[in-house]
Amino acid sequence: MLKTISLFLVLMAVWLLLSGHYTPLITGFGVASCLLSALIAYRMDVIDHEGHPIYLGPRIISYWGWLVVEIFKANVDVAKCVLFPKQYLRPSMFTVTASQKSDLGRVIYANSITLTPGTVTVDLDDDQVMVHSLTEDSAEGVKSGDMDRRVTKVMKET
Amino acid sequence: MMIYAITAIAILISIALALTRAIMGPTSYDRILSANAIGTKTVLLIGVMGFLAGRPDFLDLALVYALVNFIGTLAVLKYFKFGTLRGTLSKPADNS
Amino acid sequence: MDMILDIATWVLLLAGSVLLLITGFGLLRLPDLYTRIHAGGMADTLATFLIFVGLSFQSGFSLVSVKLLLVIVFIFFTSPTASYALAQASFVAGLKPKLDGFGARERAKEDA
Repeated sequence: MLKTISLFLVLMAVWLLLSGHYTPLITGFGVASCLLSALIAYRMDVIDHEGHPIYLGPRIISYWGWLVVEIFKANVDVAKCVLFPKQYLRPSMFTVTASQKSDLGRVIYANSITLTPGTVTVDLDDDQVMVHSLTEDSAEGVKSGDMDRRVTKVMKET
Repeated sequence: MMIYAITAIAILISIALALTRAIMGPTSYDRILSANAIGTKTVLLIGVMGFLAGRPDFLDLALVYALVNFIGTLAVLKYFKFGTLRGTLSKPADNS
Repeated sequence: MDMILDIATWVLLLAGSVLLLITGFGLLRLPDLYTRIHAGGMADTLATFLIFVGLSFQSGFSLVSVKLLLVIVFIFFTSPTASYALAQASFVAGLKPKLDGFGARERAKEDA
């Protein structure tokens, strides 16, 4: 029940931010539609740890900050590779092991790999992640396991 | 400002390059990739055009376009993979 | 103050434009599908980030910049899913990646 209420609050916040019209009638419609959505989600029983992972809280935000910096570096790497393919282009394919226990953690890890350009998750089978990488540097970045450790740290204490 | 027009022209050139890849692309997956890239660039173009015309309300359209682009890419991929749009997205072997 | 924000917008939008052009160039130039996905990912991540952050400097603290942030967050959430679906579908369909890049293509040309 607590999760339903927090889902309603999140929906309401998004509605208020996107709408920009605050007359009583329109806001009433907004409240009604958010309430209806939360009620339907409650009846369908889809609000669980995976669907509404609000408990990740501040840890995932600091992880996103780190991820944005990584994306900056990886983008420069890929741009160099596109401009000078003869020097940098070394495509390779390899498998790494994800150390997360839950499905959500593995999905966060695989999506983070894909989000940094230069590495793409091709196949996710249980805890084996098959990765296609563009340059030697990007392959080393995934193999060193830094991102894996950070995602595990975010998922801990769940 | 000038910079909006410059950015819009750069986005249009980029879309033209992606379109060339969509026409050349040897496999159909290349074409889906190009379509997806064109969609993302269109979101950027709508945002920049909104500022160029002095009407930032266009951003609502950009948000909806991003949504439609994502769902469209997934739908086309699923159609290529299974030949139908019915059923679940999981691999056929995982159904047990 | 306005001057500084204008200059920041110029720099960010120009950087985003250059990155978009490199992306389009990469889509044409790279040798096979899997490497092209990396080029497409560049437009989805840093180019979007740079351009929308540059635009939000011009709108100040208002609903518009919140919407810009929402578009960035939304694209950052959906684009890896689309890329993964594309890579996985083509891998399952049996498309083999060229793991040697330009070297392999040149060797093939010399053989022909």
